Amino acid sequence: MKEVFVHLDRCMGCRSCQLACATEHSASKNLFQAVTETPQPRYRLYVERADGKNLPITCRHCDPAPCLEACIAGALSRDDKGAVIHQESRCIGCWSCLMVCPYGVVGRKQEERLAVKCDRCRDRDVPACVSACPTKALVYADPEEFASKVRKVQAGIIVGAMAQHT
Amino acid sequence: MERSCDEAARSVLRAAELEGIGTVWDRFEKQSPQCGFGELGVCCRTCMQGPCRIDPFGEQATLGACGATADTIVARNLTRSIAAGTAAHSGHAKHLAHTLLKWAEGKAPDYPVRDEAKLQAIALKVGIAVGGKTTEALAKEVAQVALADFSEKETPVAWAATNVTQGRVETFLKYGVVPTGIDSAISEVMHRTNYGVDADPINLLLGGVKCALADFASCHMGTDIADILFGVPKPVVSRTNLGVLKPNAVNIALHGHNPLLSDVIAQTAKAMHDEARQVGASEGLNLVGVCCTGNELLMRHGIPSATHSVSQELAILTGAVDAMVVDYQCIMPSLASVAECFHTRLITTMPIAKIPGATHVEFQESNAKTAAKEIIRLGIKAFQARDSGKLRIPQNETPAVAGFSTESIIGALAMVNKEDPLKPLIDNIVNGNIQGVCLFAGCNNVRVMQDNNFVAMAKELAQQNVLVLATGCGGGAFARHGLLTPEATNQYAGAGLKAVLTAVGEAAGLGGPLPLILHMGSCVDNSRAADVAVAVANKLGVDVDKLPVVASAPEATTEKAIAIGTWAVAAGLPTHVGVIPPVLGGPAVVKALTQDIKGLFGGYFIVDTDPSSSVSKLMDAIRERRKGLGL
Repeated sequence: MKEVFVHLDRCMGCRSCQLACATEHSASKNLFQAVTETPQPRYRLYVERADGKNLPITCRHCDPAPCLEACIAGALSRDDKGAVIHQESRCIGCWSCLMVCPYGVVGRKQEERLAVKCDRCRDRDVPACVSACPTKALVYADPEEFASKVRKVQAGIIVGAMAQHT
Repeated sequence: MERSCDEAARSVLRAAELEGIGTVWDRFEKQSPQCGFGELGVCCRTCMQGPCRIDPFGEQATLGACGATADTIVARNLTRSIAAGTAAHSGHAKHLAHTLLKWAEGKAPDYPVRDEAKLQAIALKVGIAVGGKTTEALAKEVAQVALADFSEKETPVAWAATNVTQGRVETFLKYGVVPTGIDSAISEVMHRTNYGVDADPINLLLGGVKCALADFASCHMGTDIADILFGVPKPVVSRTNLGVLKPNAVNIALHGHNPLLSDVIAQTAKAMHDEARQVGASEGLNLVGVCCTGNELLMRHGIPSATHSVSQELAILTGAVDAMVVDYQCIMPSLASVAECFHTRLITTMPIAKIPGATHVEFQESNAKTAAKEIIRLGIKAFQARDSGKLRIPQNETPAVAGFSTESIIGALAMVNKEDPLKPLIDNIVNGNIQGVCLFAGCNNVRVMQDNNFVAMAKELAQQNVLVLATGCGGGAFARHGLLTPEATNQYAGAGLKAVLTAVGEAAGLGGPLPLILHMGSCVDNSRAADVAVAVANKLGVDVDKLPVVASAPEATTEKAIAIGTWAVAAGLPTHVGVIPPVLGGPAVVKALTQDIKGLFGGYFIVDTDPSSSVSKLMDAIRERRKGLGL
């Protein structure tokens, strides 16, 4: 199953993923209209900066997922694609999910006491954040596919280094 | 989405795709997705603490590092765009003014005054006594008054104050937006948008309006001095689109803006056809225009326009252009790399506008004809290296009637009523045969299927009996789609409009109606449309903001278009923009530009990307104005 992965060295910090995420979760699905909507659309991933580098922090849809385990209201469940989905009608705003999330990617709806989190864009083939990333720091891939590409890159580096020493 | 509505453009684009030559459309695709902060106008790069961005969803930063709000940032960015547009138009006008002065002082013999009547009319308008002076002496005075308009003075910019109604002057004084120097207005914007100066969004926008009025002055001066040096355009029949390129001629495309370059090349080329024939070009030289240079050449010489704006690369992609000669503004740097795929020489001419990969032939007023000859000979030489296997000139070419200066429109109306030329126009607005007037201006934009908004909107407005005027690449779009013809009048005009265009056309001896759309020239020539509106307002004794006159830039691209749009609003016109300008991140700015400004100047911006609902909004504005006049 595909998931959202991050190339750790590619993020320019433009936050286009955040805007695309909020727009995708708006009523109009259009940036120019979304910025004027009430309730205000929320994004569900966050670009953070640490030690001079930028990094988009996304929901990992963990399994077991601490948020899902902690939700006493039954608002969180796992869908058939493995994503942890939040159901607003059941949410009581207790923030248990927010407290236990190891990544801090559960947010709050501005106008109501409701949690918001990544749903991996269930209506789209590729999540909006991934489509919006201008440097392809975000990718949507099978874990094996992503790891295999990393291995190939590393293999190239190792072979190159070996060639210099022989 | 198709990239262009223009069949010629489409056929060349198909060929480009097969050969893997990228154009603006391909590059634009690679820019997608574009940065949402930039699209909303909330990215500030003014100081080195930035770039700062305001979170449009209110979760993270709501202020820049200095404390600027989204509205402050949006207003600063917009106002700087107006200043940039004004700088371009004023550079164009200043170049012409310097040339007029040089001729008067005997230093630019290739630029004699060709239209003494226009020289005298302009002199009188800006307060110069005409009697008993030689043409040189009068030209010198006009040039000096023009050049004085650029510096900061104690008095208003003459070209702004003398070209509007008295009512406008009073309104501009009331809101403190009268520029006292063109350069100083630009400079003031750069000052007040600097780090830590003007933070009040509305005050910034008023600064933008003041600068835009300097842009209006620049456009008007550009038109006036070009007319003095090269003649006031008269109605002329020509052809447009890529089919005007000839397989058996040395094709020289003239691209850019200022007629200082193109007009002299057009004059010089007349005596050089034999040189082209000697190298095997049986049809000699074939000059064609691109963008607003194309409009200048079309208006004054009937030289055909090959293409405009977003499709400029396609002229070279026909394989038939031997030289493309450019001056400044709207010239894509990519022309050099497209030209590399062919034998085409891209020739830059201006010291402030060089392109890597181009040949630079510096063009100075003192050696204009010599440089023109050198440039034409480069084209003739390149022709000899042309690969006929790469030729793919589309067959599309469309007839076009252009050359509608204010003077020629008044002249045509005078054939109907000699004593009172404006009366037939006003009578027909009053009786409803003409519901209103819409000026289409501005560029193509790669975001919009080329020409789609122009053509769809103009046809619908004409059907609803709106008289359509056009300038710039909008005029070019209409030309390529056959809308500058009497046939288009018969096909698309509503009954009332058709009757008026037919009556005037027949009275003017055309043996049929005027074209559906009156092409008034290049983008500086928006001043001509303003003149018509001012004349009608003065005749009726009302201000321009009461007239059923609207404007539209449905595919705008450049900062110049932002400057023009702003002065159109300040002049009192409801002004439509068909692409989303980078302002929507500032809610107070949006409200000011689309609503509140109406209370100040009468004009306001209408932003709508859909041609059909845009027409509805413009028609509503026209009806509101008619109602206000009791019509």
